[in-house]
Amino acid sequence: MSLTRRPADPSFDLEMNRTVTIEVKQLDRVVIRFAGDSGDGMQLTGDRFTAETASFGNDLSTLPNFPAEIRAPAGTLPGVSSFQLHFADHDILTPGDAPDVLIAMNPAALKANLKDVPRGRTLIVDTADFTARNLKRIGYDENPLETGELDGYHVVPLNLTGMTVESVKEFGLSRKDASRAKNMYALGLVSWLFQRPVESTISFLETKFASKPDIRDANIAAFRAGYNFGETAEEFSVRYEVKPASMAAGTYRNISGNLALAYGLVAGAQRAGLPMVLGAYPITPASDVLHELSKLKRFNVTTIQAEDEIAGVGAALGASFGGALGVTTSSGPGISLKSETIGLGVMLELPLVVCDIQRAGPSTGMPTKTEQADLLQVMFGRNGEAPLPVLAAQSPADCFAIAVEAARIAVTYRTPVIVLSDGYLANGSEPWKIPVIEDLPTIDPNFTTAPNAPDGKYLPYERDPETLARAWAIPGTAGLDHRIGGLEKEDKTGNISYDPANHDLMIRTRQAKVDGIDVPAVEVDDPDGTAKVLVLGWGSTYGPIGAAVRRVRKVGGKIAQAHLRHLNPFPANLGDVLMSYDKVLVPEMNLGQLAMLLRAKYLVDVVSYAQVRGMPLGAAELAEVIGNLVEETEGIDDDARHLGAAAAAVKHGEALVAEQNGHLKTEGAR
Amino acid sequence: MSAVELGMPSLPHGLQGVPAATEPQNRKEYVSDQEVRWCPGCGDYAVLAAFQGFLPELGIKRENVAMVSGIGCSSRFPYYLSTYGMHSIHGRAPAIATGLATARPDLSVWVVTGDGDALSIGGNHLIHTLRRNVNLKILLFNNRIYGLTKGQYSPTSEPGKVTKSTPMGSVDNPFNPVSLALGAEATFVARTVDSDRKHLTSVLRAAAEHRGTAFVEIYQNCPIFNDNAFEAFKDPETRDDAIIPLVHGEPIRFGTDGHLGVVRDGFASLAVREVADLPGGESDLVVHDAHTEDPAYAFALSRLTDGGVLHQAPIGVFRSVDRPAYDDLVRQQITTAQEAQGPGDLQSLVTGADTWTVN
Ligand SMILES: Cc1ncc(C[n+]2csc(CCOP(=O)(O)OP(=O)(O)O)c2C)c(N)n1
Ligand code: SF4
Ligand SMILES: [Mg+2]
Repeated sequence: MSLTRRPADPSFDLEMNRTVTIEVKQLDRVVIRFAGDSGDGMQLTGDRFTAETASFGNDLSTLPNFPAEIRAPAGTLPGVSSFQLHFADHDILTPGDAPDVLIAMNPAALKANLKDVPRGRTLIVDTADFTARNLKRIGYDENPLETGELDGYHVVPLNLTGMTVESVKEFGLSRKDASRAKNMYALGLVSWLFQRPVESTISFLETKFASKPDIRDANIAAFRAGYNFGETAEEFSVRYEVKPASMAAGTYRNISGNLALAYGLVAGAQRAGLPMVLGAYPITPASDVLHELSKLKRFNVTTIQAEDEIAGVGAALGASFGGALGVTTSSGPGISLKSETIGLGVMLELPLVVCDIQRAGPSTGMPTKTEQADLLQVMFGRNGEAPLPVLAAQSPADCFAIAVEAARIAVTYRTPVIVLSDGYLANGSEPWKIPVIEDLPTIDPNFTTAPNAPDGKYLPYERDPETLARAWAIPGTAGLDHRIGGLEKEDKTGNISYDPANHDLMIRTRQAKVDGIDVPAVEVDDPDGTAKVLVLGWGSTYGPIGAAVRRVRKVGGKIAQAHLRHLNPFPANLGDVLMSYDKVLVPEMNLGQLAMLLRAKYLVDVVSYAQVRGMPLGAAELAEVIGNLVEETEGIDDDARHLGAAAAAVKHGEALVAEQNGHLKTEGAR
Repeated sequence: MSAVELGMPSLPHGLQGVPAATEPQNRKEYVSDQEVRWCPGCGDYAVLAAFQGFLPELGIKRENVAMVSGIGCSSRFPYYLSTYGMHSIHGRAPAIATGLATARPDLSVWVVTGDGDALSIGGNHLIHTLRRNVNLKILLFNNRIYGLTKGQYSPTSEPGKVTKSTPMGSVDNPFNPVSLALGAEATFVARTVDSDRKHLTSVLRAAAEHRGTAFVEIYQNCPIFNDNAFEAFKDPETRDDAIIPLVHGEPIRFGTDGHLGVVRDGFASLAVREVADLPGGESDLVVHDAHTEDPAYAFALSRLTDGGVLHQAPIGVFRSVDRPAYDDLVRQQITTAQEAQGPGDLQSLVTGADTWTVN
């Protein structure tokens, strides 16, 4: 495997004199978290570090975490925003449970994140804001850097703000403006620490601040100063290297779930040869899909920012009636509002893609936090028998493929389709092997253009015998004018009908159409075929479940894993898969919604593992649950079990801490 | 955030973009095979007949006419026309039609709605459609009652209305649909009466030719649940004094022998006066100008409508002004983007700028 990379930026002076030689240590993976005030630009910093890491060729996974308030009061705990990145020299599945390195830009960021960082790991702390007043505000009576509270951590206290201001003084900015570049200083420093390629960040800053030359130059200067500080300062005697991951040959990019979803929707429409019309109303965490699609007008994408979610889905359905691919994107509260129109779509049998980027509920819930608790809502949250296909993306990049699949099903079967994503997938990112568009399946809208009845008439509800899809003629087609609506329709003609037998037939036919959708079989990962326990998940728990399964296997546990991307209909082999294991564990970020569906449909007593904390499942915690269940299934007594604890204790990244030990000074600000 | 000059060189007019019929059409071609199911004597019949009679004269292809309705007695309208049609859900027709009109510039899109459908459950969609000026024609059948659900009061019922849900009389103030539309700065606003086929047809014609949202309130009698709500406009004894006729370019004068007229009255207000009492006689009357840019004029006219039981109201086109239609502008941005950047290359889009290659 080889990597093509851009040459190093020559302006980085790596030959500066240093008295201590720098050692380079190899690590297999690192979890790093940037935390600061929501005004400190932590998301941007994280994004840039991610881009550097992606271009270096590591596998990676990210977890942005920000407050719902746009600008919560500065320096307060609710105002803390963070960005976590896990990168490795092998393939990884999650953003990591616990950071190896925390970069805390102020006392609140330290306090809010400290509980997630195990002792023994590294804290790089900007000391500039550690004043008595600021500390008091967040409930510290004394400076935690001095009280011994951080004993056992490897603390690197640095006056990042002061050094930033110093490094940009030639640009004559106010202290406030100058100190705003501190995130770039910090980024420069950690870029040095982990030997990240820096060219992309420089060119990013050049473009981003092209119209504000002082700000541009100050940010670049701060970034370089941070990098060079690492090189020259004696705080750091070790740099780390995380080798590129070996990945399948191909061209890669980093992509977030919402961007992948937007691109997938466009790809689906293009493969069907249909213009796309998005009707949407802004809502976290779905708005970015609206934003991205709004930029894509040249792809014949129309975006309508509607007056509410009902109008958004209405406009999409109206566009579908006109022969476009209607799409609407929202989150749980918006999906509730759309229910009646989605039901109309079920009745009209028109294509419609409805994306639910789930967030923590109920009601307004926790808008910026993730959850998977809309499954039952999208399955059943409509009046009457209103079945429709439900798909769920399993990783950020998978949002692309799921969107193409949704377009295929919607157009082929003439039905609304639900796509489930969630806040974690939406904002998280990972490397993506860029697909070849020409290799994606084509989708045939198969419009009806001529009468389809023997008497020369058009029957809008005449069906394809294979798919049960109805004959779809669009306005403008001569001789095929027809009227459809939400009232029950007579079979074939689509005329209003209150006939009891017809209603029963139509209800069953709509159900049979959805049940009969062609979906791929679920694949089971059971390395030697001897596992007794299956872990089955859906959606964004794919990463944590996979990571937990690896931990269990590492300590010798036998465990099978499978993941559902199609939730309605379920893959045809699912029942057999469930029956072939003694126990099936279903981890979900809800109170057991998939577990309920599986029990109802297959009469299998699945074990539900439910966590609804607004955060992705923790791999270590889940590994413990799996390990215990494996031993329980093998008949091992409670007190003799060890697998779970061992799996939970599988560690990574400790090398980072051990190496810095002894070299770090804990002097204050300089 | 900043605003940009939209620049609208040559936006289409009227029915431009909708293919013309190749042969003359007749009324019968627009009659569908479905049995009409309104109550005997319902005002909807007259509107349907007028509409079926009027469509052929538009001279566009029948398959390029699309009707979208909500829910209510009147919303059954699309079933009876042999055009494309969607009988949707309660209140949402304007939203659905917005998507259809935006996706399909080659269609003449009509919305059929009721006073409950448009002004109660669908009020939000109505005002936003009018604000945007989407190229569609809205026919609001106002019978001042919920017909389909058997006679509850509606947002246009007069205060004190006694119905099954308001046995002691309704206590809420009604909407004046024309005032509401003008408040949303609708570009075309008219009112007509179910029984006056000639007037109804002339209003429909003007609406069809308007680019943007045309809003037409139709006074429609519901003989079952709100009979004679508009009797003042129909009874030969009273109608001359009841109808304030709006004819563009003419002084607003009406009543038996033209004894009444509309004059300016105070700040931005209009009033009905005996012409004989006016110092300047007819020359003091307001000459109707539907093209007045400021909606305040048409709004003042709309306030001449009685708030309670109807005895007098202006009938005709209140306002007809040009403003680019939402859907035309949306399509224009797509064209502009394609001209500036070329048609999108999806492969290069998904590839993006920051990639790395593993061999
Ligand atoms: C969501 C929903 N709520 C309520 C109804 C019941 N409903 C049907 S029509 C209607 C009122 C119709 O009144 P209007 O729009 O004035 O139409 P009309 O029947 O008078 O022509 C109501 C409340 C419904 N169909 N859907
Ligand atoms: S209830 Fe009234 S509005 Fe409805 S069909 Fe009968 S007469 Fe017409
Ligand atoms: Mg009504």
